Amino acid sequence: MLALEVMDMAIKRGATAAEVVVYESTEFSVSVRLGEIETLQEASTKQMGLRVIFEGRQASVATADFSDNSLTQLVEEAMTLAQATSVDEQLVLPSSDDFAREIPELRLADASFEALSTEEKIDVALRAEQAARDTDPRIVNFEGGGFEATFGKVTMVNSLGFQGSYSGTVFSLTTVPVARQDGQMQRDYWYSSARHFAELEKPESVGRKAAERALRRLGARKVKTVQVPVVFDPLSAADLLSSIFQAVSGDSIIRRSSFLIGKLDEIIASPLLTVIDDGTIVGALGSRPFDGEGLPTRRTVVIEDGVLRSYLLNTYTAHKLKLKSTANAARGVVGIPSVGPNNFFIKPGQHTAEEIISSVKNGFYVTDLIGFGVNIVTGDYSRGATGIWVEDGRLAYPVEEVTVAGNLKDMLKGIEMIGSDLEFRSRIAAPTLKINLMTVSGE
Amino acid sequence: MNPVEFFFNKFGITVSQIERLLAEALSKGGDYADLYFEYRINNSVSLEEQLVKSASKSVSQGVGVRVNVGEKTGYAYTDEIDYDAIRRAANVAAHIARRGGALRPIAVATAKPSRDLYSVAPISEVSVERKIELVKEADAVARSFDRRIREVQANFLDEYKLIMIATSEGRLVGDVQPLARFGVVCIADADGQLQIGRAGGGGRYSIDYFLNTLTPRKLAEEAARQAIVNLDAVEAPAGTMEVVLGPGWPGILLHEAVGHGLEADFNRKQTSAFSNLVGQQVASELCTVVDDGTLPNRRGSINIDDEGNDSSSTVLIESGILRGYINDRLNAGLMKAALTGNGRRESYRHMPLPRMTNTYMLAGQDDPQDILRSVKRGLYAVQFGGGQVDITSGKFVFTASEAYLIEDGKVTAPVRDATLIGNGPDVLKKVVAVGYDLQLDQGVGVCGKDGQSVPVGVGLPTIKISELTVGGTK
Repeated sequence: MLALEVMDMAIKRGATAAEVVVYESTEFSVSVRLGEIETLQEASTKQMGLRVIFEGRQASVATADFSDNSLTQLVEEAMTLAQATSVDEQLVLPSSDDFAREIPELRLADASFEALSTEEKIDVALRAEQAARDTDPRIVNFEGGGFEATFGKVTMVNSLGFQGSYSGTVFSLTTVPVARQDGQMQRDYWYSSARHFAELEKPESVGRKAAERALRRLGARKVKTVQVPVVFDPLSAADLLSSIFQAVSGDSIIRRSSFLIGKLDEIIASPLLTVIDDGTIVGALGSRPFDGEGLPTRRTVVIEDGVLRSYLLNTYTAHKLKLKSTANAARGVVGIPSVGPNNFFIKPGQHTAEEIISSVKNGFYVTDLIGFGVNIVTGDYSRGATGIWVEDGRLAYPVEEVTVAGNLKDMLKGIEMIGSDLEFRSRIAAPTLKINLMTVSGE
Repeated sequence: MNPVEFFFNKFGITVSQIERLLAEALSKGGDYADLYFEYRINNSVSLEEQLVKSASKSVSQGVGVRVNVGEKTGYAYTDEIDYDAIRRAANVAAHIARRGGALRPIAVATAKPSRDLYSVAPISEVSVERKIELVKEADAVARSFDRRIREVQANFLDEYKLIMIATSEGRLVGDVQPLARFGVVCIADADGQLQIGRAGGGGRYSIDYFLNTLTPRKLAEEAARQAIVNLDAVEAPAGTMEVVLGPGWPGILLHEAVGHGLEADFNRKQTSAFSNLVGQQVASELCTVVDDGTLPNRRGSINIDDEGNDSSSTVLIESGILRGYINDRLNAGLMKAALTGNGRRESYRHMPLPRMTNTYMLAGQDDPQDILRSVKRGLYAVQFGGGQVDITSGKFVFTASEAYLIEDGKVTAPVRDATLIGNGPDVLKKVVAVGYDLQLDQGVGVCGKDGQSVPVGVGLPTIKISELTVGGTK
């Protein structure tokens, strides 16, 4: 195996330890617009990354050129770089006892990937779009939409004896319709993403939901600046949760870049909130048998009934914090392992979205967030938002060009209701959430 | 280095192979085809906790084959730069056209870009030890700036990219595109209260630029100063008010509010809030906005775009009137508009799209101090994080990372991070003063569109906007 050969070359060349990853992928995508194919793309790639440790220093290199010359040069360059970096006393590889020994069956790959014809793939994209057009005559245009299918294979070996490999597939179907009325245009989207083609939401349902989301934005207006309860729909709540992920990531903690530093075992959120990272959910998008360092993935309770129970860690950040890795190492083809989510989600609550909305006398139901206004160091949160104003428990009228702002410390403690509507549409997923008070800034 | 000779020599590609590949790409009846060859070296050195924790080098290479037929695009790529592999990709991409047809001969001739904006000694050849000196110096400067600076991250990234484009219209052209970026992040800790400051910059320069102009000292002091200033930040105001934007990077306003909305693909498809507004007033008459890929050494500059066409300077808005769009080949052809040299892509794995280069507003007449003095109650924003826009509704945001209250004409307390939100087609109509102090940003911009990232620049003089919504909490 090529990965083993390169690892051996690095050890022969003097590396204290070496780790090789090979990523292979086959991608297909089709985008459609107004009943026609707009783009069709297909390709396969293969890349190799090598990380070496030399007397406490580390470096990484990558290539897509698998010729003998290129691989010899790859090892040379890694060793040259590893002689220039600093000795880091904290730099360790996982203990060899901890590596994944068996590859559990997580149903990550769909055997029908190859059998699916180009025509079938184009057809689902066209059907989703057609369903959006059929929903309402005000759906006049599309900003995008299509179908993608990806097959990926990860192979990893290291000089402590770990060897592992797994494959996975991902299918996704998206529709981005534009609705028009009285000179105003509004765009929204809906999508479905799954590891098995048969588990995708039906194209007709994706198209119809996308259309309904765009249509309900028509007539949107600004509101006066006010402090009110804010309800995040599942997509917006997942966006909010991705900021919480940043704050509990070991990378942020060791860099003093999180408002959750030093808060382990303290109450940081409403007792209603439980947040979990789990890489072992069968068939889920964020599942994998081992992490970017070869450790078996697991289930980690991050926040339990409002108490911060664990950060998410790889071997390095765990060692620095005198904790154990939670198997959240993320490994690109080049670079050193960082911390990434597996399936990171909020445990669903008791309420339907309707019950949550109906509990709001005067407030804002957020359906889309834009921008990068989250400061993980301070917790300051200020985002562009679109949604629907809630009056007396009812969705009253669409709202745009406003911001929702607060501080994540207060927002976490201010969670008042959690929905039962959790769906794993992406690796970070959340149900509907209600936060007691935020500033909505408008006129 | 001559990029065309580089690909010919290193990979044994010949003109006759290229002609044959283009002919195969069109063999199913496509209107147009091109081959995009890329060879790229990326290096990085990063420091945190006073240690150079890693250094990396990656080499990527590949060829993308594109076939257009009408509004449709077929695309395939390979990371083997080899005739047989490219031929397989060409046959996959060819299938977008289903008319059938015969091989027709194509002849390509080598052309040279008409500009030479960044012939510099490549930083990729500079030893890793010299780059390590730069990040270590930044660390030392930041820590000595103030004892409350408790964590410093510094990274130096450089890229050396060779591209070659061959088109079925017979053009064969290449470019060598160096790029570097130096970034410093400081965390200040005042008795457990944390704040962050960031600074960065670069462009298509040699290492001398970082030794003499954008030095480790300059960047470290800027990042440290920002972190310390923000320790005293008060709650940001909420509501609609007068906003003054400082010069330079706040030009991200233009990128989000108007730039994306003027990309030709959205306008051809009529999904942009700016569709059909050419010739109409979209800004106050004080505003002239250009997209200019021809500025020497700038991060967003290119000799040729990723379709092989010469870059240019395009007037988007002239004294408030919308003049034109940012084009790539496909959309220029379909809209019967002139090429502007803005067909860009992230890599050989991506098809080109109309993208910005360096987008800025020309200087006006006003004294920046007078502009500030004219504000009774408002916000003065001088540094920003990222921004985003909804092309269709025109609503855009950008987030201030260093901003101050203006009270009775005076700049007073710093405020915490706040997002500003507005409506692209009318925000520039509310520009009531434009300073004479145009600055381009230091060279940090990364623009994302359809999952593709490309380096860009922005620029702005001090401007005053009569009303913009500030997303604070108070």
